[in-house]
Amino acid sequence: MKKNKMIERAIHGVFLILGLLTVGCVLLITVYLVISGIPAITEIGIFDFLFGKKWASTAAEPSYGILPFILTSVYGTAGAILIGVPIGFFTAVYLSKIANPKIKAFMEGAVSLLAGIPSVVYGLVGMLVLVPSVREIFDIPDGASLFSAIIVLAIMILPSIIKVSMTALEAVPKEYEDASLALGATPVETYFRVSVPAAKSGIAAAVVLGVGRAIGEAMAVMMVSGNVPNMPSLFQSVRFLTTAVASEMSYSSGLQQQALFSIALVLFLFIMLINATLNFFLKREKD
Amino acid sequence: MLSKKRKAYIGGMKAAMYISTGITAVFVIFLVAYVFIKGIPNISWELLSTKPSYISGNIGILPDILNTIYIVLTTLIVVIPLGVGAAIYLTEYAKNKKIVGIIEYAAETLSGIPSIIYGSVGMLFFCEFLGFRKSLLAGAMTLVIMNLPTVMRTTQESLKTVPQSYRDGAFGLGAGKWRVIRKVVLPGCVDGVITGCILSVGRILGESAALLFTAGFAHALNGIIDGLSSPGASLTVALYVYAKEQGEFGIAFAIAAILMILTLLINLSAALVSRYFMKKRKF
Repeated sequence: MKKNKMIERAIHGVFLILGLLTVGCVLLITVYLVISGIPAITEIGIFDFLFGKKWASTAAEPSYGILPFILTSVYGTAGAILIGVPIGFFTAVYLSKIANPKIKAFMEGAVSLLAGIPSVVYGLVGMLVLVPSVREIFDIPDGASLFSAIIVLAIMILPSIIKVSMTALEAVPKEYEDASLALGATPVETYFRVSVPAAKSGIAAAVVLGVGRAIGEAMAVMMVSGNVPNMPSLFQSVRFLTTAVASEMSYSSGLQQQALFSIALVLFLFIMLINATLNFFLKREKD
Repeated sequence: MLSKKRKAYIGGMKAAMYISTGITAVFVIFLVAYVFIKGIPNISWELLSTKPSYISGNIGILPDILNTIYIVLTTLIVVIPLGVGAAIYLTEYAKNKKIVGIIEYAAETLSGIPSIIYGSVGMLFFCEFLGFRKSLLAGAMTLVIMNLPTVMRTTQESLKTVPQSYRDGAFGLGAGKWRVIRKVVLPGCVDGVITGCILSVGRILGESAALLFTAGFAHALNGIIDGLSSPGASLTVALYVYAKEQGEFGIAFAIAAILMILTLLINLSAALVSRYFMKKRKF
């Protein structure tokens, strides 16, 4: 009897450890980023690091200012949201409320596919189709620019926005819509003036999720943005926080590598902020 | 009669919906068609069955295919027990709501972290601290952390559908907790594990940033044992290297087409599996 109890306790302990594994992983990532990111920031100086406009890590007199990356990531994400959210939102309303089952099934499959396509494939198509067309349409020397990256990101965040918004819209109680229809509103008016406001927390969560996806994307952006550490400008080659880490990580060492981890730490802080916001909206949606 | 203003509103909203849905559909169809048209003619048996050689100038992607398979298998073998265990703890053991909240928040945080951060930390922790160096094993371990929340969540969902009365019945017959978990709870989470596997495989196949710095980009032909301890490119990493560093767009599109076919297959099987389990649950 005693032996049985011991076994049960041991097994409980094993499951407890497994349960806490996710917490451990988050701590591991946080601790590693902080430990490896702080030294460079203190050496460069937090002000020079965050607000320095010049990144020249391999120059004879290296300069480590990441303001261009921060602004590029912010502008790039904002641009992607500006284009992607309206398209995703209207698609979600159409699919969840109006589309006939066949179209809905087809489009749901298409959106899942869009979500599953590897980011390097987006990058490849962007590199060979989007970048040359941007160059021709806007008559600029190189199409690899912030603009191209924004378009690619806008497409890449579509699935998150459509799926999460659809879930929220479909969860709106039928009675709300019936009441609105009975009062004389047309179906379209009902969807936009009753269903959408009722689902607004979920739709907000969808937007925040899109922000997270866009700011965290590395490979696709790397292939279409030209990757030069300029201050952001729509038709110039730019470098994002993610691509700043990715493009130098494989050959860097010393202070340069430490600075890359500092960039990763900044990116991580952005993501944590976004996660907290996302959680806030998801909780409100649940209530 | 509707007023002019209302008519315009309705018309505008309808137009916005049709245009948006049209744009989304066109994007998807264009992407798939373009990748297939550019890629499929470049897929040949020789490409699939050889390794690249600088001497003959041959490019083959067999090592990349094998590396991808090794990474997928290793990741799944490690992540499934961990994820299922975590889910069992949450649904069967955890009584403290606070702990459950913390664990679920951690899982959500993990799924929001971008892969480039996984790549950087994976490089520091697995490659340098644990001494795996750049290897498929280090890559797979990094992906384990990435996919842990997915497996945990799908298993949790399926465990919630195991009726409480089954557990109570087993306890009533004198079974201990461990026995109840083995005989009653575990069989109930098979569908969650399968769904989790499919989603994870999809995510692993599409992953590149996290692998670039942990698994490297070598194209050596290895068995699984040697392969795990040596660096190697997965299909996505190989695509990136061929397109961005070497300008071999034909090869890159061939790999893109293969990845696209795999993505289609994974989505299809995910849909079929979820439909199958839905049907089963109804009875």
